[in-house]
Amino acid sequence: MPLARLIPCLDVAHGRVVKGVNFVGLRDVGDPVELAKFYSDGGADELVFLDITATPEESATMTTVVADVADVLEIPFTVGGGVRSVEDAIRIIESGADRVSLNSAALADPSLISAIARRYGSQAVVVAIDAGDGVVHTHGGRVVTATKTIPWAVEAASRGAGEILLTSISHDGRREGFDLVLTAAVRDAVSVPVIASGGAGSAAHVADALRITDAALIASIVHENPAGLPGLRREIQDLGIQLRPMRELI
Amino acid sequence: MNDVVVVDYGAGNTRSVRAALAHLGATSVVSCDPAVITDVDLVILPGVGSARSAMDHLDSTGAAQALRDRFETGAPILGICLGMQLALEHSDEDGGVDGIGLLSGSVHRMTEGRVPRLGWATVEPWGDAYYFAHSYAAHCPDGVATSEGVTVAVERGSFFGVQFHPEKSGTAGLAFLERCLSPV
Repeated sequence: MPLARLIPCLDVAHGRVVKGVNFVGLRDVGDPVELAKFYSDGGADELVFLDITATPEESATMTTVVADVADVLEIPFTVGGGVRSVEDAIRIIESGADRVSLNSAALADPSLISAIARRYGSQAVVVAIDAGDGVVHTHGGRVVTATKTIPWAVEAASRGAGEILLTSISHDGRREGFDLVLTAAVRDAVSVPVIASGGAGSAAHVADALRITDAALIASIVHENPAGLPGLRREIQDLGIQLRPMRELI
Repeated sequence: MNDVVVVDYGAGNTRSVRAALAHLGATSVVSCDPAVITDVDLVILPGVGSARSAMDHLDSTGAAQALRDRFETGAPILGICLGMQLALEHSDEDGGVDGIGLLSGSVHRMTEGRVPRLGWATVEPWGDAYYFAHSYAAHCPDGVATSEGVTVAVERGSFFGVQFHPEKSGTAGLAFLERCLSPV
């Protein structure tokens, strides 16, 4: 199995990084390109950009952000939010993103997963699942569907999703640790990698998640101190998790 | 300044490879024109798209034959991910596709571990970690490096192929690309 991955998630609105990022030490507050580069230099293994406005009018803005990020970033990145069609995926991937993340749109039309996977391969398609009380939530957690979490993860993987990004609604934002029970259940149900998301408040929380799954999404723990990412990596490694060796950080 | 052609399959992301080359001071163009592929210092077959659509495009444009001709002359070609896999004789992807056939060997779906194989992994005997994103793996007598039991680099004559993405592998990846550019 490849090394465990630490994946900062950046929320983007109108071409700017928003929500909870402490920009001390950054020249241009909210510039996604500068923050991406900063996290990449600090030891992020991948990045996720989530377009939280995701209106059709905003798609051109996001495409520009993707292209600008691709020009400076030498690690992989995924773009989610606003991917509703094969055309959206083509636009984002051909602008330089490695993968697209599908959420509500995949649930509404699961054939979208296979259509994108056929064109770019499974490794280019992430299906994001926001889960709570055993069922899938959509629209940022506001809509509770009748779709059960585990069967949906299995269906998404069978249709060509190359990875499941699993957010536990009850744990997200509380900073009390990841939902390890849910993460392990989804991991056991699918054969594709699973990214744990929601709840990281300490290095120990991240290490706990990385003991049972392939990757961990982190947000506020790193946004409130972007310069602390190398230290967070070291703490996680000291807890026995093998992350990639970074000779530029030695 | 180096002249590099990044071969265009007609779909996918060539931007990151070109950005990495630019970072190293190399000039590059994206093309599938046989004349351009012949007359350049280094050709890179990037890792984008699916095997069948890529081969269809390479065959119909004459790029596949231009790559075979270039290989015969001993001019350098670097294959990345799918670009390495296409250089072999055959791939099981998309129901079975014949490759360009610069090297013997074939490409099969991986059966161990989580597939796709996503993330950073150490390459032996080189020692550095690089970024991987693949569901298929090469089985080739010309393997020169492995990662977790998978053949991840092949070399024969002037062709060098890697399963990882050097353009997505941070400083280790840039150092690898720099070595590829240096003999040019």
